[in-house]
Formats: sequence, C-alpha cells, structure tokens
Amino acid sequence: MNKPEIRLIDDNGLRVDGRRLDELRPTKMEVGVLDKADGSAYIEQGKNRIIAAIYGPREAHPKHVALADRAVIKCRYHMAPFSVEERKSPAPSRRELELSKVIREALETSIMSELYPRTSIDITIEVLQSDGGSRCAAITAASLALADAGVPLREIVAACAVGKINGKIALDLSDIEDKEGDADLPVAFMPKSKAITLLQMDGSFTEEEFNQALDMAINACEKINEMQIEALKRKYISVKEQAEESREVAT
Amino acid sequence: MSWTPQLPPVAKIEQKTIVDLIAKGRRVDERKLTDYRDIKIETGIVQKANGSAMTHLGKTKVMTGIKVELGAPFPDTPNQGVLTVNAELVPFASPSFEPGPPSEAAIELARVVDRGLRESKAIPLETLCVEPGKKVIIVFVDVYVLDHDGNLIDASAISALAALLTSKMKTYELDGGEVRVKDELLPLMIQNEPVAVTTAKIDGSMILDPCLQEELVMSSRLTVTSGRDGSLCAMQKGGLGAFTDQEVRQAVRTAIEKGKEIREVIKGATSGR
Repeated sequence: MNKPEIRLIDDNGLRVDGRRLDELRPTKMEVGVLDKADGSAYIEQGKNRIIAAIYGPREAHPKHVALADRAVIKCRYHMAPFSVEERKSPAPSRRELELSKVIREALETSIMSELYPRTSIDITIEVLQSDGGSRCAAITAASLALADAGVPLREIVAACAVGKINGKIALDLSDIEDKEGDADLPVAFMPKSKAITLLQMDGSFTEEEFNQALDMAINACEKINEMQIEALKRKYISVKEQAEESREVAT
Repeated sequence: MSWTPQLPPVAKIEQKTIVDLIAKGRRVDERKLTDYRDIKIETGIVQKANGSAMTHLGKTKVMTGIKVELGAPFPDTPNQGVLTVNAELVPFASPSFEPGPPSEAAIELARVVDRGLRESKAIPLETLCVEPGKKVIIVFVDVYVLDHDGNLIDASAISALAALLTSKMKTYELDGGEVRVKDELLPLMIQNEPVAVTTAKIDGSMILDPCLQEELVMSSRLTVTSGRDGSLCAMQKGGLGAFTDQEVRQAVRTAIEKGKEIREVIKGATSGR
C-alpha cells in the first residue's frame, strides 16, 4: 500500500515554494551574534532559525574527558520546545543525541584539535525554528561560529541535503518535501580538500539517483561555502568600520 | 552532549602493522581488503520471544529478540503498526562498555538498524493495524551485542533481519469492539530484506567489514544499506575522518554487490523456519 502521492512539483517543474529542483532556499548567515560566547553564528535557511555558539578552547570539564594529545570536541544539537508544530519536550531525544554525534564528527575533521591538548572546544547548537535540513544548516552555522571563535580550522565545513520528491532529485528539501518525499541525503563537505565529513541517507535511491544526488549536494555545498566566507568577511568589515569610527571620535 | 571518545590506546607498532598490511592488500586476520568475515546464524533460540537469532560475524556476536505486542499507534499514523528498534551494548561484550542509560554508540546503532528496516519497508506496518487510532501491533526489535569484535552495525542488521524472518505471531482480530486473540501462530510478514554493509577507511584504503583492531585505527566508516532490488535505503558515515566522493561511490557499489551475497546467507539460514 503506497501513500497517496502528494504533488510537490507543478507542471512548470516548480516546487511548492516556487523553487526550481536545483535551487537553494533563501539563506542568510550572520557571524558574531552573541556577546558572551567566544564565537557564534546565526543562520536562516528556509524556515530554519538556528544559532550556534562556541566556548573554548578552554579547560576540559569534567577533567576525565580531556585527551592528552588533542582537544576534546563537545557538541550539543538541541531543538527548542517551540521550534516545531507540536511542543517538543526539552529533554534530548534519541534523534538529537544521534545528530549531536554526527555533527560533532562532521566538524571535528576540520578542527586542528591537535594544537590544544587537554582542552575542550564546546559547540552548542540551538534550533529555534526547525524546517527541513536542520542538521545541515546547523553544521553550516557551527563551522562559521568556530571560525568566529578563532579556532584554527583546516577549512570551513558547508552542509546541504538533497532529496527525492515525486521521483525527482531535488536540492535542499523543506519540511513538507522532507515529510512527503521519497528520500533524504544530508551531506557535509569541505570544498578545497574535497572531503565528505557527514553522509547520511534514508528513503529510497537507485545507485544512479544516489550518484546524481551526491553531485548536486557537493555543488550546493560549494555555493554555501561561498556564502559562509562572505558572512565572515562582513563581520570583519564591520569590526574595521567600528574601529575607524572610534578612532575618529578620539581625534 | 556528544564528545570525542577516549579510544583504548593502540600500540604504534600494532597500528603500523595494520596499515602496512593494508598497503599490501592484506589484513590482520588474513582477509583480503574486500573479504567479509564468515557469517553464522542460528535462529529460534529463545522460545519465549516471537523470533530470535544469534549472529556470529567472525568473533562478533549479536543476538536479537523480537517481541510482538498490542499497543497504541502514534497519533500521526493511526492506521499503522509500530516498529521499535533498541540496541543494548551488554557490558560483558567489551571492556569499554558500561552499564547505564544507552550510550550514543548504542543509540546510533539502533537508529541505523531501524532506518534500514523502516526505509526499505521490510515490515508492512499498514497490515499491523487492529483498530484504527486505538489498537495496533507493536514490533519490538531488541538487539543484544554480546561480543564486540568490530562492525556491530552489520552484525546487528543481519541478526535483526534473521530474527524478523523467523518470527511468528498470534493474530489479533476486532470483534464488535473487542480485540480477539487467536492462538494459532502465523509468520510475521516481511516484504524486503535490507542488508547493511560497512566499509572502513584506513590510511586512504577502503576495507570491508572492519574487525575491532581495524576499527581502532580507522579514520572513518560508511555503512550502506540496500534492499532486495539493489536500491539504497539507508546510509550512515561515522568516525572523525572524511571520504572523497569517489570513495563514497565505490563503497556504495561494493555494498550493493556484497549485500546480495549476505542476503542469500540470511535467507539460507532462515528459510523454512
């Protein structure tokens, strides 16, 4: 028994929100949004609203989690109770625990943790509003927050999901497309080193569809990576302007 | 909160041995890079369960028990039965396992096995509805890891499938608002056989079915689960390293091919039971 197919693509090949199959949702990124954290970033991707923040490198706590030859990376992905249609219990679900692990692994590859033995670098992600592809948006934001914190990175990690809706491969699924679609493939990627640091999939893909979807995901990650770099630059330009203004005031 | 695990220390010389061997196309246990360990499956060991299977993958031992019960459906799927997968890393299976609430490793293991079964539609959940919105059949898949010598995901997926394929359940019928249970046992309907195949990357080489020694030095692993028709239904990358896209495609290819062989082994061990 198959569920009745919901039309997610219209006759013009456009999706429910008017996008083309290979089009990203409107995406905004901002770096340095929190005062206390060592680094932070905010991302809006579709209806996703996510803040990621970094504390560290700092003394590892509890002490026994410290590693002798590198920093320990701690990561928490958490969804606010009001981030979804029906209130979610604030206690971490099994899904959040699994995502915390795969997000940590996706980012750890990029961090030069060997420079900070016995310390801890803490990544905290709060999903304020969740839409499809929140783990990918979370990775995109968290990597920016790491850069903002000045943690030495091999490269900034970008992430994006590709899925299948009404039998067609489509980029960056929204909530409804994810729910009613046939497959979901979240990918995190470092463009310069061509390294895939997160890869999950559920649903149904033929091998050929998978290969096509992977190409599309990598392409999108390259675009997102450019946006990340732009967002970082904006922060530095604004800091420079502030510095110049205060100098003018002083003279 | 998830943090970088403290892995048991591996002597440099042991690490070097494993890496050097792999560079020559060989493995610590005499396998070739794409060899899978021997699979042995025994079924029907726990009579009180609806189905059970003990799986040996080399020295890794995983047992799965299936329990079928009547319960309430999820509000968003009132006409469907429920599939619940849980994994227990039994403390005696490894010196690094400890009792307590499920670790993130146990949660990941259960969720990857769950995704394979769920996304391949192995269990037709819509046939497990007794009274829409009120009473449905819940299938509990409890994976018990008894001895950890690496590649728990594949071993668990094999054992879960073997247990499901040999499960028998009573039938539940709705009779004037009352649920009637018939004592006659019928096989649980299974309509796909998802098989998980894990590839590990060690020093740039891709090897199949890592044993524990290899897992301790691998940079990352990729599990690809495919169904009967060779289509992909679930994937999970783990570990601190990364893959290139060619490596991923290669792992997918191998997983589909190897999956066919493993599916035949599972079917052979469970047919007629």
